[in-house]
Amino acid sequence: MISVIAVKAGLAGAFILGFVLQLGGLHAWVERKQSALMQDRIGANRAYIRLPWKWAAPINWLLRPLNVLGLFHPVADAVKMFTKEDFIPANADRFLHTLAPFLSMFFALVAFAGIPFGDRLVLSGQVIDLQIAKIDIALLYVFAMMSLGVYGVILAGFSSKNNYAILGSLRASAQMISYEIALGISIIGLVMLYGTLDLQEMVRAQGRYLFGFLPMWGIFLQPVAFFVFMAAALAETKRIPFDLPEGESEIVGYFVEYSGMKFGIFFMVDFLETVLISCLLTTLFLGGWQVPFLSPSGFYFPWGGSVPVNNLVYALMGVGSFSLKVIFFCWLFMTIRWTLPRFRYDQLMKLGWKVLFPIALANVAVTALVMAVFFPKGW
Amino acid sequence: MIRKRELTFWENLYLPEIFRGVYITSVHFFRNLGIHTAHRFGLMKDVQAGVTFQYPENPRPLAPRFRSRHRLTVREEGTPRCVGCMLCETVCPAKCITIVAGEHPDPNVEKYPVKFDIDLGVCVYCGYCVEVCPEDAIRMDTNILDVAAYTRDEMKLDIHELMDPKLRKATKKCDLKFPHKCSFHKEEMTGDWKQVYNKDRKQITEEGWKRLRELTSKGH
Repeated sequence: MISVIAVKAGLAGAFILGFVLQLGGLHAWVERKQSALMQDRIGANRAYIRLPWKWAAPINWLLRPLNVLGLFHPVADAVKMFTKEDFIPANADRFLHTLAPFLSMFFALVAFAGIPFGDRLVLSGQVIDLQIAKIDIALLYVFAMMSLGVYGVILAGFSSKNNYAILGSLRASAQMISYEIALGISIIGLVMLYGTLDLQEMVRAQGRYLFGFLPMWGIFLQPVAFFVFMAAALAETKRIPFDLPEGESEIVGYFVEYSGMKFGIFFMVDFLETVLISCLLTTLFLGGWQVPFLSPSGFYFPWGGSVPVNNLVYALMGVGSFSLKVIFFCWLFMTIRWTLPRFRYDQLMKLGWKVLFPIALANVAVTALVMAVFFPKGW
Repeated sequence: MIRKRELTFWENLYLPEIFRGVYITSVHFFRNLGIHTAHRFGLMKDVQAGVTFQYPENPRPLAPRFRSRHRLTVREEGTPRCVGCMLCETVCPAKCITIVAGEHPDPNVEKYPVKFDIDLGVCVYCGYCVEVCPEDAIRMDTNILDVAAYTRDEMKLDIHELMDPKLRKATKKCDLKFPHKCSFHKEEMTGDWKQVYNKDRKQITEEGWKRLRELTSKGH
């Protein structure tokens, strides 16, 4: 029993530390390099580690690709942020000002507990679910944590005693609340189709096939919901084209009074939320850890033929499939962030309330109608 | 004036236009990614991926008429071509040039600059000094752009740096042969005409050599 708990804790730690935080940290590098490539630039490549001693030549040779790729820039950033002065404005509420970034970080990280990143792993007779916390209402849990994340933003603006910060946090709260409605309603269709709020079960349900060959992923069943969810989720991450709470070029945003690593945490939370949204989109719409035509015993292709697969390999393929899909969405969000300009505030509200919300509602109605008319007894 | 155009229905759908934008940026992304990767393996060297210049190593090519840091052109024997006519100092709109003229030992040359300072912190790089110079003694063709210093005094160039563009910093030792006021030696006179004309005295007439002796006996 204890060994199972230890293995579970180890897996959870590996997922959070090895995947989520690494991906979040790498985002700082990807943001620079991808934007550079998209704009025909070369990107940051000046942070390097080169050992001065002669005997260190092999180490230098190994470090060279990292130097060339500029992979030490996130490290340099972290060192810079940790060594900078941690400034708290004179009139600010010291306690809340300090609490806000940690609150943001906490809720962003805690939400990952509900994400299933693989199917069951059987190790020496013990069945381990590749999900940090087995929650029956994981979907609601993740959404709750995402909504609570806005507290960090509001407190940051509120406790700074800075008009721009308050303006930023006001915008953030208005925007997050507006888009959370579209976000929540857009997935009701999926919940109706799969008949569960458990994300693990939802992913399992996506393992079936439409017409015998098309995986029953959310994106094929609910394409409209996919786009509504993606737009609303992008707004949740507070990045361009929905970066009004930050508005780097005009009000700097809710974290204007933050410096050092506290600012770094807000920066990191942006990336973590992108990863979280990518995880959610993968889980809900791209079949999570499902690999097309792969079942626990092996591949079964619709055109006949099968390849048997070992249980451990099956679990690893699931985790790999999940990671690849998440990385794809991270890339897509980064591409969108460097492609689109920012919305104006009225356009933002119009898009949220007058476009996404009605579409999500209509999607729910149409889904319900189709289900009631064509599948009265369920799937 | 830019006329605002009404968006068409297709554009108002947002999604198709977003796809178009993402397609354009993605094409650049994958093209550059491929070319950069190929460059690493030594392939496709003739195709450029980034349009940017890696500045300190590969500076941008400059136009021939580009006005960069000044230099004083030098005669064969190592003295400045400048004849101390003060035209550049007079024409300078920023008043950044300071010249102190002295008497040249060569009777064919009337004067020479004992002191020639340019304060680059004040200079506006208009190039009038180059245009006005009758002797082609001052030019702005060193292609030095990164004129930066920690103090204002370091922005002041004296005759050492102006005559030798390779000399990027204030010199410690004075190696100019002719007598001049050396600001790095607290405006003291250093150098001697004798050192200049020792090897090739034919250039100087008898009269000139006499005047040179007079000058040196006065303590120059």
